[in-house]
Amino acid sequence: MLTQPFLVALLFGAVTAGVPLLLAGMGEQISEKAGVLNIGIEGMMLLGAYCGFVAAYYSGSFALGFLAGGLGGMAVASLVALLCVRLGLNQIVIGIALTLGAEGLTALLHHFQFSRTYPRLDEAPVLALPLLADLPILGPALFAHNPLVYVSVALVAFLGWAFRHTYAGLNLEAAGVKPAALDAAGISVVGTRIGAVLATGFLAGVGGAYLANVGAGLFVPFMTHGAGFIGIVLAMLARGKPLWVLIGAALFGLSLALTTALQVAGINIPTDIVQMLPFALIMLVLVVFARHSVLPAALGLPYERGER
Amino acid sequence: MGHTDGPPQSVRPAGADSAPVLPSPVLSVRTLTKRFPGVVANDGISLDFHAGETHVLLGENGAGKSTLIGMLAGMLRPDAGEILVQGSPVRILTPRQSLDLGIGTVFQHMLLVPSLSVIENLMLGGPWWQRLARGAAYRRFAELSECLGISLDPDLPVGHLSLGQQQQVEILRALWRDTRVLILDEPTSMLTPQGVRDLSAVLCRLCSQGVAIVLVTHKLAEAYDLGDRVSVLRQGRLVGGIAADEHRGMTEAQMTDQVIAMMFDPAHAPMADERAILLGRGNVHAPSVRRGAAPCLEVRNISTMPRTAAHGLQGVSFDLRPGEVLGIAGVDGNGQKQLAEVIAGQRAPSSGTVLVGGKDVTQGDVAARRNAGIRYVTDDRLGEGTVGSLSVAINLLLKNVGAEPFWHRGIADWARIRQAARDDIQRHDIRTRSEQTLLAKLSGGNIQKVLLARELGKAEGDVKVIVFSKPTHGLDLHNAQLAHRRIRESAAAGRGIVLLSTDLDELLTLSDRIGVLFQGRLVGIVDNGPGAGAAIGRLMTGAVAA
Ligand SMILES: Nc1ncnc2c1ncn2[C@@H]1O[C@H](COP(=O)(O)OP(=O)(O)OP(=O)(O)O)[C@@H](O)[C@H]1O
Ligand SMILES: [Mg+2]
Repeated sequence: MLTQPFLVALLFGAVTAGVPLLLAGMGEQISEKAGVLNIGIEGMMLLGAYCGFVAAYYSGSFALGFLAGGLGGMAVASLVALLCVRLGLNQIVIGIALTLGAEGLTALLHHFQFSRTYPRLDEAPVLALPLLADLPILGPALFAHNPLVYVSVALVAFLGWAFRHTYAGLNLEAAGVKPAALDAAGISVVGTRIGAVLATGFLAGVGGAYLANVGAGLFVPFMTHGAGFIGIVLAMLARGKPLWVLIGAALFGLSLALTTALQVAGINIPTDIVQMLPFALIMLVLVVFARHSVLPAALGLPYERGER
Repeated sequence: MGHTDGPPQSVRPAGADSAPVLPSPVLSVRTLTKRFPGVVANDGISLDFHAGETHVLLGENGAGKSTLIGMLAGMLRPDAGEILVQGSPVRILTPRQSLDLGIGTVFQHMLLVPSLSVIENLMLGGPWWQRLARGAAYRRFAELSECLGISLDPDLPVGHLSLGQQQQVEILRALWRDTRVLILDEPTSMLTPQGVRDLSAVLCRLCSQGVAIVLVTHKLAEAYDLGDRVSVLRQGRLVGGIAADEHRGMTEAQMTDQVIAMMFDPAHAPMADERAILLGRGNVHAPSVRRGAAPCLEVRNISTMPRTAAHGLQGVSFDLRPGEVLGIAGVDGNGQKQLAEVIAGQRAPSSGTVLVGGKDVTQGDVAARRNAGIRYVTDDRLGEGTVGSLSVAINLLLKNVGAEPFWHRGIADWARIRQAARDDIQRHDIRTRSEQTLLAKLSGGNIQKVLLARELGKAEGDVKVIVFSKPTHGLDLHNAQLAHRRIRESAAAGRGIVLLSTDLDELLTLSDRIGVLFQGRLVGIVDNGPGAGAAIGRLMTGAVAA
């Protein structure tokens, strides 16, 4: 079973499945750092997937597709910014409502646009990294992907650096741990959190667009299948470290790919059980590691100046 | 009140005296008013703050000092009145605007991010798209800590620092940017005498450079030494003041008399013979140790693991006899918190034993220690002492929630709880709208009173030992005195008291013996009496460390 083509397919699939989780997880991490529990990220991914697909379908450009996906995600995020950050409404309630709303909206829009057809995009462009792509097994599995994959991984390094070495990083940390201290330092807590939520929306939306345009090549309603929620789990377990989101996303990507690979390889296990694998993994990870997750002190709490 | 013709008797350094007093104030407030539900926290206050002058704001707990400062700092919006900068009206709607006007503020309660390091907290507030300018920040840090005589590791997370050290970080932050107006809300409540002297020197220098300083304090000695001008608030109103020329001609005793008369209701006015404490000069308490009795607390060779910011304890041993007050002096961060927590059972020592009434309780947790008769009053009134989002009544019972007689089989007897709370509020002079007010809405000093009322008030159970950590920080004169009297009464009733404090006068006033913690070791225990203050001062610098 561990033939070369199988391994390549498995790893390749892991990357494809892992990138949306990585983007969602990094996005959620930014919000959580700033003290906003962004439950609506699933909805952001879904609207991102739909907008990204439509843009790529009509323009033929994958880059435009990703951009449109990011903007779609930001559209949902701007509602979170308004309702939760500005008006201080309950972040969990609003997040669930937005996810449900985005599910309904994208299904409806898709129905009007394409009725019951599911048109496909062309094959996504691939950038084979020079030299690295020639490695056996690893080359074709890891280094011959859509350029967005490399951008996402580079973003991990960039965020890790930015969290520690820029004023934005300090602002995010302060907004999540002690917002009054940030406010007293002359930085708007609401502004910082809105920026964080919009960045989350953009990343989640791009992740959704990748899921639709590269991962599947088409849009199907409800296609995110809890990817946003996995992103939330990843962010919570990563304790503010983007590298851990990457590791987590790789792990979940692998288990999702294994699901597909096992089915393709025709191993005789009931598909329902195989499809439960990633979610069983979440349970396991939560049981083992969740007690170590440290969440910012002001997570989920709206900030109002002078309230005490 | 014509004291102006007398010779200047103040001990203020020369810089402040020679500073030119400009005719037009840098900052003024006119009929400034701020209301909260049920209270007028500031009622038509008009004040001027001049360049090169230290303006001291005095007033009892809840008088409205922090509220006034909140409005100047942009944290609160006035309901009426105006703020003028150099004569022209400004609106301060955000802290940013306040900073941009050149106003720097040290708030009463720490506004620091515990998960960020000292240097990161100081850098907070830069343009978000830029890289941190660490190099420049370290240089500024070195320069300022040199001036202030502060030795802190800039890379430690602030959450690992003691409250006294955090207060130093706050002061550094206010001085970080060049300001025209420097506002300090009780900046010295956790500092040692030496820390206060260093800060005073810096303030005097800033004053002579033309900075206007607004200082809130409860210590009249500080007001006298540092202030050029004094204003007194009571129940939200400006009830009086001492002008600069007048202040210069007064003796300390004259000023104290005037200020006390303005500050307090005649009903609460403190006794004349207690003036020494009020002055912050302290009378020396005559020792009355019951040497014959068996110790109620024995601490044997206690060591703890060093925490990153603070020294671990190293072989600390002492006995405490019933009726004795053992003071513990020392610069914050030398093991005070560890010692208090080991006695209270909040921290396990790495070696050594703790005995209460001869019984070994080293292994016991907090509940076991409470049962053994130990009480601990923390200095961290907001962090671990109280719950801001609960009512005053519940906070007064916090450690007995669910217990008889206020709860019967898990069901709260609200009438009884409220009645008990009203009694406490009355007895401890807690200024709150009602017993159901959320604790966070109280002024800093009144939160401290709630904490003390809970631990000092009811003598439920068999209390053998009480550990106090900076019990009177933030209390006004009258209430500090009240608390001192209660602590002495508690000792007179046969309890052993461990009193950790950075305030040397307080230690000299209350203690029978005073030990000094230096770098985690108890470097000496001095019998209180003439000369004790000087001996402790020497021990505190580690001069005669064993
Ligand atoms: N956010 C708030 N909500 C409700 N009441 C408040 C609020 N802030 C202050 N108050 C009330 O306003 C009054 C003045 O409080 P303030 O904190 O200004 O007193 P203070 O003079 O600083 O006292 P202290 O010496 O104890 O610090 C108090 O009665 C307090 O309960
Ligand atoms: Mg105050």
